[in-house]
Amino acid sequence: MRLSLTSRLSAISALLPALLVMFVVYIGATSWTVWISLTNSRMLPNNNFIGLRQYEMLFNNDRWITSVHNIVIYGVLFVSLALLIGFLLAVAIDQRVRAEDTIRSIYLYPYSMSFVVTGLVWQWLLNPTLGIQHVLRSWGFEGATFDWIVRPETAIYCLVIAGVWQASGLVMAIMLAGLRGVDEEIWKAARVDGLPKWRVYVSIIIPMMDASFATAAVLLSTGVVRLYDLSVAMTNGGPGIASEVPAKFVMDHLFERANIGLATAAATTMLITVIAVVAPYLYWRARKGEMR
Amino acid sequence: MQKSSVDIRSLQIGFGGLKVLENLDLHVGESEFLVLLGPSGCGKSTLLNAIAGLIDVKGGEIHIGGRDVTWAEPKDRGIAMVFQSYALYPRMSVRRNMSFGLKVAGTPQSEIERRVGEAAQMLRLTSLLERRPSELSGGQRQRVAIGRALVRHAGVYLFDEPLSNLDAQLRAELRVEIKRLHARLGATMIYVTHDQIEALTLADRIAVMQGGVIQQLDTPKKIYREPVNRFVASFVGSPAMNFIPGRLARGGEMVFVAGVNRLGLNGYVFRSQPTDAPVVLGIRPEHIEMTGADDQSSVPARVEMVEPMGADTLIWCRLADGTAFSFRRDADAQVRAGDALAVRFPADALSLFDEASGQRL
Repeated sequence: MRLSLTSRLSAISALLPALLVMFVVYIGATSWTVWISLTNSRMLPNNNFIGLRQYEMLFNNDRWITSVHNIVIYGVLFVSLALLIGFLLAVAIDQRVRAEDTIRSIYLYPYSMSFVVTGLVWQWLLNPTLGIQHVLRSWGFEGATFDWIVRPETAIYCLVIAGVWQASGLVMAIMLAGLRGVDEEIWKAARVDGLPKWRVYVSIIIPMMDASFATAAVLLSTGVVRLYDLSVAMTNGGPGIASEVPAKFVMDHLFERANIGLATAAATTMLITVIAVVAPYLYWRARKGEMR
Repeated sequence: MQKSSVDIRSLQIGFGGLKVLENLDLHVGESEFLVLLGPSGCGKSTLLNAIAGLIDVKGGEIHIGGRDVTWAEPKDRGIAMVFQSYALYPRMSVRRNMSFGLKVAGTPQSEIERRVGEAAQMLRLTSLLERRPSELSGGQRQRVAIGRALVRHAGVYLFDEPLSNLDAQLRAELRVEIKRLHARLGATMIYVTHDQIEALTLADRIAVMQGGVIQQLDTPKKIYREPVNRFVASFVGSPAMNFIPGRLARGGEMVFVAGVNRLGLNGYVFRSQPTDAPVVLGIRPEHIEMTGADDQSSVPARVEMVEPMGADTLIWCRLADGTAFSFRRDADAQVRAGDALAVRFPADALSLFDEASGQRL
């Protein structure tokens, strides 16, 4: 069947905005970024091709190496701790506690705060001269020391604490939905079988909740890649460069240090890393879909 | 295989202010197949869950195999249970579903294998042992659930509407299978259902429940033939029993009078002294007989509708005064809507209920 000209026009015009966004913003901007990373652009973009020199400089840059190191620590700890704590919170709420709605709201509350606010709050809490350490000492625990945020080797763990605090509530909400989806009779069958509660969770419930875990893990991982504002608000990358992260490296070099070439090389490296992680997963999902 | 009796003494169960069961007594003998039958909300599942130990009781005692288990954990009661939704562990193979409980309980591996093999063979699951529940049909899943119960070698098997999620054909197949299993194991079984066919076919005894009270506890035959009240009479039997309101009169013999129709009750065994309070006559569709019009005890009726049901035919009629009833004939009955015929209500197949209390007279 041939469509009339007007109906084809309306179809095209309806698709056009999405296509434009797709080609110009995603593919266009991404390709341009990759191209700029192959030039010697400094403050303004230019087209002087210099091959992979920016990447060489990037991987000789201490600040970048620290950033990559930090994001790995942050990523592993943040995702696993948020999943663990979120799941445990959900299990706790699932025990038919009183005032469940209130508790659920309290747990979910941190997620409604921006990373900037989260970062500021935790910066104060962890600050040795006015936060937790100060309070403990004023209560008489003279030897109390909690100064991770001012020590270079531990500053990144402070970002993990703040991030986990913020994201656990969301994980709890996802997990709770999964737990509520478990048939009541499975619990009864397990009781008749004489299975201890922890055993039911470990051997039966958690394997049933793979979709919930996957959803939560994907959401958390995107948070890892774009980690920026928390670092800015909490430590501003410090002390020194101890809590720098890749996204902050990119932003700083783009707008403050006027080194577009290096910034785009960093951005491209991040993109390739993400693709390398996500592609096998998507492939596996597609294979699984075909097999069904 | 061990067999246990179940003794329930003045059991009380309530949730908050709501009383579900009150002072319920029930004895289930060894090797007996007892069916708890009733509409939803009658307390039958609550009773079963209480026997299993899955809900707390407010008062009374539960004894299984002579042991007071009122406050024992489900696993320590010597019971096994099969659920309506199968309740299989979805990420475990059939073999693991059946063996997991035993493994956690510390049963030796050789013993686990022996029991699983035995149950699998009995339920024709041997070729499915490595599959996951999601790869099985509904009927197979429920067989796995029964297998998981069997390997526990329990004294009492509890079934909570096990066939309700299956389609009609599978339900009939599995029903036979459960009956065969009971005959073979001779185990005590308590079975909850709202399906009166399941109850009638499976049970040694049926407990018909309504409003948390056992209305009648008797053999299927007795329940079907001599229901103790109108509720039992209307709940059991399909097509349903006919009910005709009227009153009793004494004229030489007892007579049932409904409008212009009079029906002699010679042969009906009264349980209590008949009074002249309003009564309801109940008669099952298959007990109404077609007669010639010259029969003294017959009543004229007009056919309103004919429902062929395969093996037999249900004929809907009205008496001259408009009272509607239905009766059953075999499939090749030559009856059409509009026909006039004469029917007879044999007194020994009747049930009479007091209209106010609903109790059998």
